[in-house]
Amino acid sequence: MRRVLVFLAVLMVPGVMLGRVDRATVSAEAPVKIGVLLPLSGNAGAAGQASKAAIEVGAQIVNEAHPEMPNLPLAAAAGLARLGGARIEFIFADHQGNPSIGQSEALRLITQEHVVALQGAYQSSVTFAATTVAERNELPWMVGDSSSPNITGRGFKWVFRTTPIGPDFANAYVGFLADVNKMGHPVKTIAIVNENTEYGTSVGGGIRERALKEGYQVVAQIPYNANGTDVSAQVLQLKEKDPDVVIFVSYTSDSILYMKTFKNLSYTPKMVIGDDSGFSDPSFVKSVGTIAQGAINRSAWSIGRPGSATYRINEMYKAKTGRDLDDTSGRNMQGFLVLADAINRAGSTAPEAIRKALAETNLTPGQLMMGYKGVRFDATGQNILAYTYITQLIGTDYVTIWPASAAQHALEWPFKGSQQ
Amino acid sequence: MATAAQVLAGGLLLGAVYALFSSGLTLIWGMMNVINFAHGDFVMAGMYIAFLAVTWLHAGALAFSLLAGGLLFGFGTAVYYGLIRRVMRGPMLAQLLSTFGLALLVRYTAFWIFSANFVTLPGSVLGGTVKLGPIFIGIPQFVAGVVALALTLGLHVLLTRTALGSQILAVAEDRQAAMLMGINPDRMQALAWGMASAAAGIAGALIATFYYISPTVGESLALIAFVVVAFGGFGSVPGAMLAGLLIGLIEATSAFYIGPVYQDVVVYALFVGILWVRPQGLMGQRA
Repeated sequence: MRRVLVFLAVLMVPGVMLGRVDRATVSAEAPVKIGVLLPLSGNAGAAGQASKAAIEVGAQIVNEAHPEMPNLPLAAAAGLARLGGARIEFIFADHQGNPSIGQSEALRLITQEHVVALQGAYQSSVTFAATTVAERNELPWMVGDSSSPNITGRGFKWVFRTTPIGPDFANAYVGFLADVNKMGHPVKTIAIVNENTEYGTSVGGGIRERALKEGYQVVAQIPYNANGTDVSAQVLQLKEKDPDVVIFVSYTSDSILYMKTFKNLSYTPKMVIGDDSGFSDPSFVKSVGTIAQGAINRSAWSIGRPGSATYRINEMYKAKTGRDLDDTSGRNMQGFLVLADAINRAGSTAPEAIRKALAETNLTPGQLMMGYKGVRFDATGQNILAYTYITQLIGTDYVTIWPASAAQHALEWPFKGSQQ
Repeated sequence: MATAAQVLAGGLLLGAVYALFSSGLTLIWGMMNVINFAHGDFVMAGMYIAFLAVTWLHAGALAFSLLAGGLLFGFGTAVYYGLIRRVMRGPMLAQLLSTFGLALLVRYTAFWIFSANFVTLPGSVLGGTVKLGPIFIGIPQFVAGVVALALTLGLHVLLTRTALGSQILAVAEDRQAAMLMGINPDRMQALAWGMASAAAGIAGALIATFYYISPTVGESLALIAFVVVAFGGFGSVPGAMLAGLLIGLIEATSAFYIGPVYQDVVVYALFVGILWVRPQGLMGQRA
C-alpha cells in the first residue's frame, strides 16, 4: 500500500509542476485559452447557444484584422499585440443551468484545461456558485450578463462584471415609468412576477423595493418555478389584481408560456415589462412575438447606422447565425472584449497580471459595442458605468424608446398583445 | 366565484393533458415491467413531427396527430425489436440504463437537428378560446383533453374487451404459458411498444398546439408522467387518467390559492401520503 502511495506521489510531482509551469510561462505565440461556461442545453439552451455564437464573433474580431472598426480595442490588428499576436482560443463548457455542474465544470476548466481566465455563466444562480471556484483558485472571471447584485457583493478579488445589474434596471424602470406618467398614462399599481432562483429573487426584490420607495403600489409579487409546466395560476392572479404594469423577471420557456396563457385566458395586461433574459431570447420573438406586441424590455444593444462598428458586428453575427444580435448575447460579447483587452494590456497570461489589468480598465463609450457609459470597475469588480436603455417590441424588433435622447421610436401604450 | 370556476376548469384541462401524456408510459410499465425513461422524449419527437408537418406540408391537427402516431408506432416497434427484446434478457439495471440511453440519444439527436431554440406552432393551428359563462377554455387544451379521454378509453377497451388485448395481457401475465397457448410473445410486446409510442406521439402532437417545443421539453413533462403513473397504479390505464386529473386539479388550486412555488410541495406531499396508504396506487392491483 505504502509503495503504491509513494509511486502515485512520484507520478504526481511532475504533473503538478507542469501545471504550474504551463500557466506562468505560456510562450508568446501559443493561443490564449479562455474557459466559457454557458447553458448550452436545458431550458436556457437557446440563450446559451446565442451567447456562445456572440463570444465566438468577439474572438473573430480580436483574432483577425478588422481595420474597419478602429475604435474597438484589439479589432484593427490580428491577435493580442502585446502577446506577440497570440490568438484567443475557447474551451466551452455546458452547465445545463445547474449550479453544481457549473462549479465542477469551472474546476475542470481550471485544473485540466489550464485556461487563463473564465467567463459566464448566464443564470445568476450558476454564476454565483461557479465564481467561488475561480476565487478559490485565484483566476480572473468575467461576468458578461448575469445581473444578480449578490455576485459582486461578496468581497471577491477575482470576479469582474461589465453588465448593468439589478439596481441599474430598477433605476431605469422607475425613471421610465415617471416619464410615462408625465406622458399622460397613469401608472400607480405594479405587479412583479419573478422566477424563484437567484436572478428572479434578487432582481425582482430590487425592483419591488425601488418601486415602493418611489410611491408605487406593488399589488402582487408572485415568485414561481421557471421549469413549471403551467402558468395559469399566475395569470389568473394578475387578472384579479389587474395592475397598471406587470414586470416579468423570467427565463425563456416561462416567458413563452405567459404570452400563450394571456391569450388563452383572454387577459391583456395594460402594460408588460419583461426584464430582458426570456424576453430577449431570439426564440421568444420568433415563437410568440405576434402575441407579445408592445412588450417593454431593457437593452443596452442597438444595431446602429450602416457602416458603424455595431452594424458591422451585427452583420458578422448574422452571417454566423442568420439573425440579429440580441442584448444578452451582446453583453456577453462585450464582456469578452473587455477581458481580451485586459489580457493584452497585461502582456502576460499570469492570473495576477490579468487581474491587475482588469482592475485598471478604463474604457470610454466610443471603445464599446454596447451602450454603456464606459467600463471602469469599482473595488467589488462591478462596472460603475454600466447602463441600459428601454425598448419596445414593435413588429419583429425591439426598438429603443427611452431615454428620449436615444429613442428611435415613440412609446406605444397600452400593451397590444395579439390585437393588431 | 368565477375565478374559482376558472381555476378548477384549468386544473381539469391540465390534468387531462397529463393523463394524455402518461397513457403510453403506463401501458409499457404494466405490460412489460420496463420503465421507459425515453417516454418524454418520444412525446418530444411527436411535437417536432407536428411542427415539421405544419411548416412543410401545412397539415391540419388531425393529419399531423395521425402522422405522429403512425411514425412513433413504427419507431416504437423498431425500438422493441432492436433494443428492448435483447436487454429484457439482461438484469433489471440493463433495462433501466438502456431506455435512459435511448432517451439521451433521442434528445441529443433533436438538439443536433433542431438546435436548442424554442419553436411553437402558428396560433392558427387549432387556436382560439371559447367562453362558457365566466370560464375561458382554450380550444387546443379542450381537444387534447377529449382525445386523452378517448385514447384512455380506447386502450382500456382494447385491453379488456378484445382478443388482441387478451393476448397482450396473457403475455404480460406469463410469457411461457402464453407461448404454449400459441401466442407469439414478441409480436404482442412489439405491439404494446408500438401502441404506447403511438400514444406518446399523438400526445406530443396535440400538446404542441398550445405548448412550446424544444429538445428538452420531454424532460420537464416526464417527471409528472412518472408521478401520474405511480399515483394511478402501475399498468392501470384508467388509473393514469384519474391520477392525471387529480394532479392537474391539485396543482391548479394550490398554485392559485397558496402560491405557484408551493404547488410542487403540495403535489408531492399528497403523492407520498397516498402511496403510503395505498402503495399499489389508486387503481393498481396489490402485488
